[in-house]
Amino acid sequence: MAIEAEAHNHWSPLLGRLWLDAIPQEPIVLATFVVVMLGGAALVAGLTYFKLWGYLWKEWFTSVDHKKIGIMYMILGLVMFLRGFADAIMMRAQQAMAFNGNDGYLNAHHYDQVFTAHGVIMIFFVAMPFVTGLMNYIVPLQIGARDVSFPFLNNFSFWMTTAGAVLTMMSLFVGEFAQTGWLAYPPLSNLAYSPWVGVDYYIWSLQIAGVGTLLSGVNLVCTIVKMRAPGMTMMRMPVFTWTSLCTNILIVAAFPVLTAVMTMLTVDRYLGFNFFSNDFGGSPMMYVNLIWIWGHPEVYILILPLFGVFSEVVSTFSGKRLFGYSSMVYATLVITILSYLVWLHHFFTMGSGASVNSFFGITTMVISIPTGAKLFNWLFTMYRGRIRYELPMMWTVAFMLTFTVGGMTGVLLAVPPADFVLHNSLFLIAHFHNVIIGGVLFGIFAAINFWWPKAFGFKLNQFWGKVSFWLWVPGFWFAFMPLYILGLMGVTRRMRVFDDPSIQIWFVIAAFGAVMIAGGIGAMLVQFAVSIWKREELKDETGDPWNGRTLEWSTSSPPPEYNFAFTPLVHDLDAWDDMKRCGVQRPTSGFRPIHMPSGTGTGLILAGLSTALGFAMIWYIWWLAAVSFAGIIGYAIFHTFNYKRDYHIPVETVEATEAERTRQLAAAGA
Amino acid sequence: MTANTAPTHTLDQAQLQAAFYDLNEHDHPEGGSTMLGFWVYLMSDCLIFAMLFAAYGVLGGSLAAGPGPKDLFELPLVALNTAMLLFSSITYGFAMLAMEKNNKGATQAWLLVTAVFGACFLGIELYEFSNLIHEGATPMRSGFLTAFFSLVGTHGLHVTFGLIWLFTLVVQVGKKGLIPANKRRLMCLSLFWHFLDVIWIGVFTFVYLMGML
Amino acid sequence: MANEHAHPNPAAHDHHDEHGASHGSMREYVVGFLLSVVLTAIPFWLVMTGAIPDKQTTALVIMAFAVVQIVVHMIYFLHMNTKSENGWTVMALIFTIVLVIITLSGSLWVMFHLNTNMMPMSVHDMGQLP
Repeated sequence: MAIEAEAHNHWSPLLGRLWLDAIPQEPIVLATFVVVMLGGAALVAGLTYFKLWGYLWKEWFTSVDHKKIGIMYMILGLVMFLRGFADAIMMRAQQAMAFNGNDGYLNAHHYDQVFTAHGVIMIFFVAMPFVTGLMNYIVPLQIGARDVSFPFLNNFSFWMTTAGAVLTMMSLFVGEFAQTGWLAYPPLSNLAYSPWVGVDYYIWSLQIAGVGTLLSGVNLVCTIVKMRAPGMTMMRMPVFTWTSLCTNILIVAAFPVLTAVMTMLTVDRYLGFNFFSNDFGGSPMMYVNLIWIWGHPEVYILILPLFGVFSEVVSTFSGKRLFGYSSMVYATLVITILSYLVWLHHFFTMGSGASVNSFFGITTMVISIPTGAKLFNWLFTMYRGRIRYELPMMWTVAFMLTFTVGGMTGVLLAVPPADFVLHNSLFLIAHFHNVIIGGVLFGIFAAINFWWPKAFGFKLNQFWGKVSFWLWVPGFWFAFMPLYILGLMGVTRRMRVFDDPSIQIWFVIAAFGAVMIAGGIGAMLVQFAVSIWKREELKDETGDPWNGRTLEWSTSSPPPEYNFAFTPLVHDLDAWDDMKRCGVQRPTSGFRPIHMPSGTGTGLILAGLSTALGFAMIWYIWWLAAVSFAGIIGYAIFHTFNYKRDYHIPVETVEATEAERTRQLAAAGA
Repeated sequence: MTANTAPTHTLDQAQLQAAFYDLNEHDHPEGGSTMLGFWVYLMSDCLIFAMLFAAYGVLGGSLAAGPGPKDLFELPLVALNTAMLLFSSITYGFAMLAMEKNNKGATQAWLLVTAVFGACFLGIELYEFSNLIHEGATPMRSGFLTAFFSLVGTHGLHVTFGLIWLFTLVVQVGKKGLIPANKRRLMCLSLFWHFLDVIWIGVFTFVYLMGML
Repeated sequence: MANEHAHPNPAAHDHHDEHGASHGSMREYVVGFLLSVVLTAIPFWLVMTGAIPDKQTTALVIMAFAVVQIVVHMIYFLHMNTKSENGWTVMALIFTIVLVIITLSGSLWVMFHLNTNMMPMSVHDMGQLP
């Protein structure tokens, strides 16, 4: 059976291998292309008509303000989430119908791209941006700082992530995406079996986005280490800041591995090297080993910040200090270290034998212990607390119930003999969606509902939030519990067509769940729209709508550009709660000019050139690759000749902003 | 938001404010995070090299019936190369000493001497590579050669970027002098340059010397 | 609680430690250089002349020299000490070393086992299977 319909042999010096065959054949893709083009054109036309380009450029795209960058990350994550979810719905539909000789509506070439893109997008361009966006927005506020350590790098990191997302999205309309699964194992991802552009899109998207992520990791580690307010010792940091620190340490330690492995795959494909080839001494198994050395820490990168979110939410909405702060910190540190000792559990079946498998099976089970400790701490925090079931708390409870099941199936899979039966079955798929959706996604929803009032000055609409919740949570269970059953029955992952009609019912139930989730997503979008529409009614002028405990709640909502007119001095854990109980009032005079970093377009330009470089490399347009590479180096060097990168906010501006805050607080009856 | 309860305290607002707000803040010195940030980045670069070493460890024996280390490596040349890099490390050190003394001209001079040694290192390495390729020992020939060229080549690429950075700094020091920002940049490059020598110790030991045993 | 006055967090106000690492002196650089020359020359000499007949021993010796020279570089060229950045540079270095050891030894162990179990065997070997 042919892997693809036709060979792609055309190459010209001007356009590389880009030719008419790059236009996709599948009708669904063509239709999507038309819709996206029309929608995009409408957006561009609208922005032009309302003369918003200048505003967007100056206030958002070139901003080095961590708050703006955080919001842009969240928007990126949300947009890519819709694309990734579309892939999910397509798969559910295909799998629900492809029985009894029905081939479904997706051919293999298309379907294989759908499941690959779904995984790549959800991990790299949804979960990572959401998590990075949260940490970017909240951490400087929580530690009493005015920005991150390297504001320009922060902007650059955002645009590099976006560049990776853009390349992946382009693959939908120009060429194809990889058909290898989200980790692109060789030999399938080698040139012999994936000769065209799909795997190259994958490689360059990840490499470019990976640069952004790594730099972001360096940035946040330094911020947390160096820029805490006076008096905020490590053991007085909010738990979200602790988990952010550990997450970013993991990013710095893990992403280089991804960079190295992707580069090895690149030279195999482009230069005929023999890292992962079948012959001449290469080892495809080494790819699997190295990529999972990255892959396992990656999933902890995704979940640890959300554990931090849950700690903040549980303590705030139980009205109590978090139970067992020290053990939370130690548990997080232990998880960080241990995440490097379990990677082989992703390939128990590859054949390393009993001794190796046992070692990693045991370490995998051990790593569930600190996570369990965290869960108990949250429960003990809730115990005898005065619990308010606002939406963040609802999502947290849903997380506790859902994630625990997912975690338990993980421990089940950690047993090598069990994994020999269940590896790459739908049981595995159910497990990781259970922990990622139950943990990461529910956590993000909790965080959005929790911190939205801080970022925008008004709360989110409760009704639509609850609709979204009650569609999402049962929807998730309907969508994934059948997969556990199917996995136990032996059904393999990534299947397009089935020949046993007795299992179809489970796929139909799963599809039903996916539709419920679609409703949940729709309700969430409605929630955003309605809240923005009705923001006057929903507004919060106190800056502290939930009776929060940490420093971000001490600012106005949204915070001023400079975050804090005076840097707070910290004496205890839960610094804002401490300040409230001591009854200190914010100073309303004696302001000084505030030193801030200037915005710059360099990040966007370098990322744009990187996109061009990626596109050129994918399509073998060598002249464009050389020009854009030279452009990146040249422009970066040019940027370093600009030494004047900061300014002072004048006293008058600070005074006016603080006066407005005083007025707001008075209006709120504080 | 009001306090949960109104505690009894003996301080008035002025004292409370002084306790909870830094009313006499001075600007943070610019670039306070730079050295730590660069060091953290360097640690991540270490891990990239670790992966290349791992690949070399795994594939180093996969000769695919082609030439192996004993057929290919010329230790005298490698010794010369190593000497070039080591000299460049100490000349960079002299550049840093000149920088501490705020001697702009000497700093630039020692930087350029460092560049000469660095360029010699690269030149010798390219000479070695081209010899190997002429003999048919290309990276495409076997897993061992792939891993060898990738590890040593990546180090060489880092040296190349270091040189570009060095020339840029020579120009910037010329233009702006030894201002704090330029000093920070020179210190970062110092870390980078010495770190490359550390990696080279690993390379000549585990690749070249072990290969000949 | 509110009675103590705030003292600056040493990690946040690192004015004395502006330069992260401390600076070297001429003496330090020269000593480091000479040590490095010696620590390089000896391994090269050992391998080029085959002075130690046993290859295993030679390998261990040159590895030990490499480790020592790296430490020399760290101290004399990179000016590593436990004070810079309040110990964070040393902590980062130790963490990196731990991870490098785990990933390197782990990979070699895993790949060795994989290769033993999974690489193609000859017809003769297949005949020897239980």
